Amino acid sequence: MEWLRMQQWSPYAVGIGIGILSWLTFVLSDKPIGCSTAFARLSGMIERLFRGEKTLEKPYFKQYAPALTWDVMLVVGIVIGAFVSALLSGQFRLTWVPSLWAATFGSAYFPRVLVAVIGGVLMGAGARWADGCTSGHGISGTLQLAVSSWIAVACFLAGGIVTAFIIFRIFGA
Amino acid sequence: MLTKLHTNRRLQLVLGLLAGIAFGFLLQKGGVTNYDVILGQLLLTDFTMLKVMLSAVVTGMIGVHALRSLGLARLHPKSGSVGRTVVGGLIFGVGFAVLGYCPGTISGAIGQGSLDALIGGMVGILLGSWLFATFSPKLQKPVLSKGDFGPLTLPELLKVNAWVVVVPAAVILTTFLFALERFGW
Repeated sequence: MEWLRMQQWSPYAVGIGIGILSWLTFVLSDKPIGCSTAFARLSGMIERLFRGEKTLEKPYFKQYAPALTWDVMLVVGIVIGAFVSALLSGQFRLTWVPSLWAATFGSAYFPRVLVAVIGGVLMGAGARWADGCTSGHGISGTLQLAVSSWIAVACFLAGGIVTAFIIFRIFGA
Repeated sequence: MLTKLHTNRRLQLVLGLLAGIAFGFLLQKGGVTNYDVILGQLLLTDFTMLKVMLSAVVTGMIGVHALRSLGLARLHPKSGSVGRTVVGGLIFGVGFAVLGYCPGTISGAIGQGSLDALIGGMVGILLGSWLFATFSPKLQKPVLSKGDFGPLTLPELLKVNAWVVVVPAAVILTTFLFALERFGW
């Protein structure tokens, strides 16, 4: 079982594994893999703690009930699966600042966390705006040959590449 | 179609959890739960993310369409519009580069101990999702509904059998992956 302890697998082995996993979710659950809906549901659950039943009157939460559903369990599972994988390979450790960021912008944790919050707001809003993320559109949608998903992926990459170059090649230069 | 299984709510929650565990394990083993790998892709210096995604797409595309032809699965293409897909996709892309994780890989990053993902990115994604959920009715008419094309698929657009698109798409994507390796990416 040495392969379970490896730090990294071939990206092709991982990709084929994810592809096969998508066969299983289509057959067993009638669902494509997708992650960003779960975050909208979770945000609704948090709002419900403060505002109670009024939260459920929002049209968005009528469509995507803030409840424990298949996609929320999927996201919980991802945390567990990645934890187990990192534990087995000895890579689990608490870190505040990724090394590429630290090499360019320093290892202070506050700037990195602040930027992560800003990026998260944009990403969370963008994912719900486009109705999918790198998994829902990027993998599950493109494999179904959905027109919306191929356009979405092109926009994800265009926006991402331009922004990454601005951050690291202009600000970080 | 395993309809009886699909409507068993409790069992579906367990299956969702198991699928997530497998997905998270694979993402971590692929290295894509790391900020450095994601940014490496967006800076076009490390093509790991694209290799993982495209091999998943080729494998998934062939298998899911075969299952569909056998009557064991049905497709769920998302509907889109210019106002939703293009505008939302570009906002997502900007956030993707600023955060350095996506909604799936951030969950994996949290699992491997990245605190910028847990304390920073996760809070941001929840806030951003909530903002969209709250203000989307106001965006509906002026933005989201513009240029609607519905849940269209490429075979429907071209008015051909799905396999007429699946086979060439698989060949093109696989050739692209071989070319990436050939040129040392």
